[in-house]
Amino acid sequence: MSDSRLDLLQGTLDLMVLQTLLAMGSLHGYGIARRIEQASGNQVLLNQGTIYASLVRLEQRGWIRSKWGTSDNNRKAKFYSITNTGKRQLAEDSRYWRRLTSVMERMFAMGPAGEVEPGDL
Amino acid sequence: MSRLKRLRGRVWAFFAKPVLDAELEAEFEAHLQLAVDEYMEHGMLPAEARRQALIDFGGIQQAREKQREARGLMHIDILLQDLKYTVRKLLRDPGFTAVAVLILTLGIGANIAVFSVVNTIMLRPLPFPNAHELVWIAPPPAKCGFSCATYSTDAYDEFRAGSRSYQDVTGYFAFSTPGNLRVSMGSGTPVSATSIDVIANFFQVLGVYPAMGRLLNTDDALNGAAPVIVLTDAWWRRQFAADPNIIGKSFDINGRQTTVVGVLPRAFDFGAVFSPGAKVDALTPLPLYGDPRNWGNIITFIGRMKPSVTLSQARQDAVVVAPKLCWNNRIPQTCGSYKTPVPVPLKDYVSGRLRHSLIVLWCAVGMILLIACVNLSNLLLARAAARSKEFAMRAALGAGRFRIVRQLLTESMVLSVAGALFGLILAALLLSWLSHQGAIALPLLSQLRIDRATLGWTLLTAIAAAVFFGMVPGFRIATGNLHEALKDSSAGSGQGRKHERLRSVLVISEVALACVLLVGAGLLLRSFLHVLDVDLGFQPERAAAIKVDDGALNPTFSVDEIQRRTVMYQQILSRVSTIPGVEAAGITDYLPLDRNRSWGLPFPKGVRRPENLTGGPLVYVVSPGYLRAMGTRLRGRDFTWDDRLQGEHVAIINQALARFLASYAHWPNANPIGQLLNGSGGDTRIVGVTDDVHAETVEGEAGWQIYYPSTQKVPAGTELVVRTTLPPGQLASSVLRTLRDLNPNQPAAEFKPISMLVDHANSPRRFFMILVGAFALLGLLLAALGIYGVISYSVTRRTQEIGIRMALGARAGLIQRQVLSQSLWLVAVGIAIGAVVSVAIAHLVASMLYATSPWDAATYCAIAAALFAVALVSGYLPARRASNISPLVALRSE
Repeated sequence: MSDSRLDLLQGTLDLMVLQTLLAMGSLHGYGIARRIEQASGNQVLLNQGTIYASLVRLEQRGWIRSKWGTSDNNRKAKFYSITNTGKRQLAEDSRYWRRLTSVMERMFAMGPAGEVEPGDL
Repeated sequence: MSRLKRLRGRVWAFFAKPVLDAELEAEFEAHLQLAVDEYMEHGMLPAEARRQALIDFGGIQQAREKQREARGLMHIDILLQDLKYTVRKLLRDPGFTAVAVLILTLGIGANIAVFSVVNTIMLRPLPFPNAHELVWIAPPPAKCGFSCATYSTDAYDEFRAGSRSYQDVTGYFAFSTPGNLRVSMGSGTPVSATSIDVIANFFQVLGVYPAMGRLLNTDDALNGAAPVIVLTDAWWRRQFAADPNIIGKSFDINGRQTTVVGVLPRAFDFGAVFSPGAKVDALTPLPLYGDPRNWGNIITFIGRMKPSVTLSQARQDAVVVAPKLCWNNRIPQTCGSYKTPVPVPLKDYVSGRLRHSLIVLWCAVGMILLIACVNLSNLLLARAAARSKEFAMRAALGAGRFRIVRQLLTESMVLSVAGALFGLILAALLLSWLSHQGAIALPLLSQLRIDRATLGWTLLTAIAAAVFFGMVPGFRIATGNLHEALKDSSAGSGQGRKHERLRSVLVISEVALACVLLVGAGLLLRSFLHVLDVDLGFQPERAAAIKVDDGALNPTFSVDEIQRRTVMYQQILSRVSTIPGVEAAGITDYLPLDRNRSWGLPFPKGVRRPENLTGGPLVYVVSPGYLRAMGTRLRGRDFTWDDRLQGEHVAIINQALARFLASYAHWPNANPIGQLLNGSGGDTRIVGVTDDVHAETVEGEAGWQIYYPSTQKVPAGTELVVRTTLPPGQLASSVLRTLRDLNPNQPAAEFKPISMLVDHANSPRRFFMILVGAFALLGLLLAALGIYGVISYSVTRRTQEIGIRMALGARAGLIQRQVLSQSLWLVAVGIAIGAVVSVAIAHLVASMLYATSPWDAATYCAIAAALFAVALVSGYLPARRASNISPLVALRSE
């Protein structure tokens, strides 16, 4: 089953984290990881621990900020939320992604190569 | 988001590692707790929930590393690791480390010191604000000394008013003699000091502000103004014990109560800029409209250009103003007689002549660093060879090749930084010594210090050196086959031989570099010896001079003054001549290789003077006996006390002037003796001809010189010259005592050997020669070390082979010869390359040489011989070791 899960492209995790935070507001690391797993329908191959590298990177760039707080079930955890710069960055990046995916779709729609089954690759 | 902020975050993360790590652990723990909670909600047992949570989380250690890498400076972490390892490794091999650091200290230290000198003299602007605006204004250099580079006060006024290129023009009196102040403080004996008369706006033009009190203003220079004086920082400290209440105090200076109005800042050193090697104690105002008006050409021009004016505009301007300048406004014929002054940047005037020498020096010291680097490369290579197994092992255990090379580079960097630190100390010592060498006639030496530029240069040199000498071994490791190294246990295999070839190439280049340096130093040394051999026209050995207080600061002509002096001089000379050890004594107003002045050229009587004749002879007003005391050869007769003012006026000229005049006068046998000259003061008979005295430079051609008797012209000052049979120093006190007997006002002036004047004139040449020579010797030493290292390594490597050969009957002598020939071979190739390079670049030092060809065969041969001798010595030790190898031991050692 794990063989068919998607490996994350460089940088996509950052984008997913930003999008998750934009959608959910303040969230702790575990929550973010879970949300990404759920939203992707468990299609993403995610070692939850790797999310922390992404979080520290985003925080250093000033796109998210963090604060220690208490979860619903009374656990102390660090909560992350997106900043305004982060929102702008996300808007920009998602625009880029949309363009890229639409280009890729058009490329694949171009001819015979597009009909090759993924399994044959 | 700014990069800077991110970097700050990363740097912070680097230093706050423990805090951030703890926080991360807490976060991980919270993460797992939350996961466990969720799984337990779904009914899992705690243990199982925890296991599942851990699986979801993935590798904790990996996550930790990744997060650290993302947040901080991973490279520095590794660097620190490397550093720790390197330092440990180096400390375990103290012999190697000490040698390497010593070599680098010498190489880098010499570079720092020379850079500082070059920077101070050549690169850095002069120590004045907006120094690029300052220009030295003088006609192109001529043979008649300072008199042809100076102007009259009338010309100064006209030039200042007529030029539009300058914010202001100033100048100073160029003919002050050392020790021209006699300062009486309280009851003690008067002290002698040196002051320079400057035009009142001197400091404003240069942009110098007082450290205390005030500097000069125009009122100080008015006729009849109360005498004032400005002290230099050094004199204030030395003579007045840095008295904080000095301002307003007054002293008897040359018989007049003179008030101290200010103290100059420490950074201002008149001598360092305008008169290298001279000590100036104070500055005094030059009264432009008083006596100096009648002294002729006495003022040097210094201008500060307007910010918008370019040098070529200022030159154009000078061309326009020049015809309006008058030597004396009251004599209209003298108007327009000046050659057009050419403004040059003051910086060029001060240090332009040294530019070439400094560049050569810089190159020499650069070569030293190069040799040091090659030497270290060699050492490191030997070390790397010995450590190749260690590297192979580490590679086998998974260290990247890049990581290993980086380790090597770290090692060279550590060595280099250590060398740079010690080098900095060495350079600081050298510089502080140099900056107190007042006797070296190089400008700005007193300003030498380790400044920011020097520190920057140190850093640059250290890094460049580290990369350079770390590169070769690093490259070697990076390209070498590590697995081969693991197998390569016996010393005779291919890897070892390849190492040896590379090391031979390094030694050859070292020898070649040393050869080039030695050739340069040899040429400079030969020039210097030639300069010492120059017939100066006087004999500096066993002669000394002392400044005598003659009771008149700026004497003007009068019958009384002549008579007064004649009596005084006769007294002094007759008394001094009786001192035991005194062979001859005489008096002059100017000494050769010191200051000088020229007067108008007298011309053979009855011969029409050509129109375009410019310049005049250097003039010396001397007493009878002076020429003998100086050791100047004379044809004809010397002056006598009978050459009276009322009698016929007489003069002695030098050969250069005699030749020149004879070419116009058609004297019988071209013999000037007995002929009449006609000048501004009437007819003068030539009674003698002297050798040409090198009055301005030791190595330059002597110009025209003329001597007048002190019984007919007024000397500008009084220098007593004494020729002795004893070392001059032994006579100092008795001569001074005699002078005191005659004149209680005589200050304790310096009794300076004439050879000191020569040394002083030669000091720049000696300075460069000694430095380049020292670098060359250092290069030779390093090259010898290199040869020794390589030969000795090769003997060690071939111990077994030699042992076998000796077991088979080879004699010790043969083995020795073979090893020696190996080292000679290396040196021969090095010399050949070095000689070719030297021949190719020798013309670069040509301008620093005197009477020596840059392709001087003797020098080249001597250097080659010296290098061979060094090769023999440094090859001999390993050769002896080789011949002492016992076959039994050698064979058993494997």
